[in-house]
Amino acid sequence: MAIVTPLRTAAEQQLVEQFANVKAELPGAPSVRRLREAAFAGFEAKGLPNRRLEAWRYTDLRGLLREAKPLARPAADNAAARARLAELNLPGVRLVLVDGNFAPALSTLAELPAGIVIQPLTEALVSARSDLPRILTGPVVAEGDAGLMLNTALMRDGVFIEIADGVDLAEPIAIVSLSSGEAEAAFFHRSVVLVGAHAKATIVEISESLGAKAAQINGALIFETGDGSEVQHLRLVTRQAEQSVQVLSLLATVGAQAKFDSFALACDAATLRQQHFVRYAGEHSEIGLRGVNLIDRTEHTDVTLVMDHAVPHGTSRELFKTIIGGEGTGVFQGKVIVRQYAQKTDGGMKSNTLLLNDGATMFNKPELEIFADDVVCGHGATVAQMDADQLFYLMARGLPRQQAEALVLQAFAGEAVEFVQDETLRELVMAEIERWLQGRRDTVSVGEAG
Amino acid sequence: MLEIRNLVVKIADEDKQILNGLNLTVNDGEVAAIMGPNGSGKSTLSYVIAGKEDYEVLDGEILLNGENVLEMEADQRAAAGIFLAFQYPLEIPGVATMTFLKAAMNAQRKARGEAELLTPDFIKRVNAAADRLGIAKDMLRRPLNVGFSGGEKKRMEILQMALLAPSMCILDETDSGLDIDALRIVSEGVNALRDKSRGFLVITHYQRLLDHIVPDTVHVMSRGRIVKTGGKELALELEKNGYAAYAEAA
Repeated sequence: MAIVTPLRTAAEQQLVEQFANVKAELPGAPSVRRLREAAFAGFEAKGLPNRRLEAWRYTDLRGLLREAKPLARPAADNAAARARLAELNLPGVRLVLVDGNFAPALSTLAELPAGIVIQPLTEALVSARSDLPRILTGPVVAEGDAGLMLNTALMRDGVFIEIADGVDLAEPIAIVSLSSGEAEAAFFHRSVVLVGAHAKATIVEISESLGAKAAQINGALIFETGDGSEVQHLRLVTRQAEQSVQVLSLLATVGAQAKFDSFALACDAATLRQQHFVRYAGEHSEIGLRGVNLIDRTEHTDVTLVMDHAVPHGTSRELFKTIIGGEGTGVFQGKVIVRQYAQKTDGGMKSNTLLLNDGATMFNKPELEIFADDVVCGHGATVAQMDADQLFYLMARGLPRQQAEALVLQAFAGEAVEFVQDETLRELVMAEIERWLQGRRDTVSVGEAG
Repeated sequence: MLEIRNLVVKIADEDKQILNGLNLTVNDGEVAAIMGPNGSGKSTLSYVIAGKEDYEVLDGEILLNGENVLEMEADQRAAAGIFLAFQYPLEIPGVATMTFLKAAMNAQRKARGEAELLTPDFIKRVNAAADRLGIAKDMLRRPLNVGFSGGEKKRMEILQMALLAPSMCILDETDSGLDIDALRIVSEGVNALRDKSRGFLVITHYQRLLDHIVPDTVHVMSRGRIVKTGGKELALELEKNGYAAYAEAA
């Protein structure tokens, strides 16, 4: 059989060269190196994710990336990063990556709570632990994703966090990924969070840019959570450089009788693909994936999730609220798989969108693959304009148009934000949403009540 | 004082003309009732005064204390003193009633160049007004009008009216959907706000509401115009004889 070599784009060709140049210096034990090689071979065969792949239909990375930016080099201490971190004033432990490289000087590692071990990924990747390939591979439904394969091949740094059994973290652990934005660059980072049985933790993941130069960011965050654990994951993707392109993969394998809740806010996110791959590894667990996407100008935010009910008695809830203005594009693809033996699965998925004007576009694609016969699974997607009557009511009480619009939009987004349990973090999310709303200039076109 | 002169209005995207040269004056301290059959343009009149955008004013003017409000957006009219109690108050999911009340009061104060209310002062005012209208505290914490009964929504409208202290109150079929007790509470709330500096325009189908809110003048509206004006006894006559005679007059 003839081997078909697809024609490569300039960016693909550059990635091939980059991998050849850096693979020897990228960290990794032999098992990790094999993972990298296999992943890159997969990428070479498939090329950059493109519209011919169903999962990437609306986010054509091959078309979007004219070139592969040079790989970022480890950055020195960064004054802008210090200033921004001080402003963020996050509670708890702070782990900072600058251009994908772990920056211990910017991180707060001195007083870790008991039961927590944190390593830079560069160290973890060369460690002798035998479970590394399994952990790094993540849920089976993530296998073969071209975006993730590139990350596996080129991941350089990140953090590796282990939370021991029974530890109840009072304060969150934040992984803050800052793009310095001083020069155009690409970086590939990955972090791992292993949560022990019956442990409770809140993990915050932030992605921001400090400068205006475009970045190509490919990040992955992998969770493995133990039986009876309770994990909250909060992601904020904000303040990106206008021309940045970012792929963030969330991989979670959730133990039995556990809770896993993720909330992601994307605003001023340039071009962003968020992909969640989640698998139930044990029965009677509750998983929630929620988020708010605020999209303006020519921005593009894609949320694609695969929820794998591999065992019986799993409960899953997804709720994504999207507001699109300008000529922005939103994408929601939600795939819920209920395997043949996953009886008594209870799934509910919702995507609600408000389009603020005629230039805005939303693609919704729910996919339910149900192979069990005793399940409850529902999904709903709505796309609407702002309600003119609601707006008039608020204005008739004295609220200026912009304030009335902001109140309605804030309330719309708020329905998902209320699932963020930590009050400080919830306020952080609402403050970002308010900032975005106040920054909007365009007027909203409204629709009649349905 | 509200003066409406020769108001001609059509629906914005249609050729349908609703108000056909309407003239009406409501003096400070006056309670004026407008009665009329379905489709005579009563609700349109209330919306046009408040500044709803679905209509096009073809002719005429609406003056509040001598100032033409047709040039103003709805929020500016509210700050100038116009208040419309809606026939069907809108539900605003996700916006706590208290948050909304504070935003509305402060937006109007800001528009008038007054200082914003401090929270303790605000809460004191709301609680006092809510007590008078029999509005439970937990209702104030719930999202605005969401899951409220018809009566609760109308009471919430009167609460807003009390807090915003407008100079011209328009009540659009405030009696619709109210049982006898709710009608009494709402009417008492309105009566408590009667004041020599405040005008009321009470729109209703039925004379019943006017037993509770006794008007100074009664106007009959038909086919987009005021066709007869009289005292409160006119409402009783209408209740007895119906609107048929006035449909002819229009």
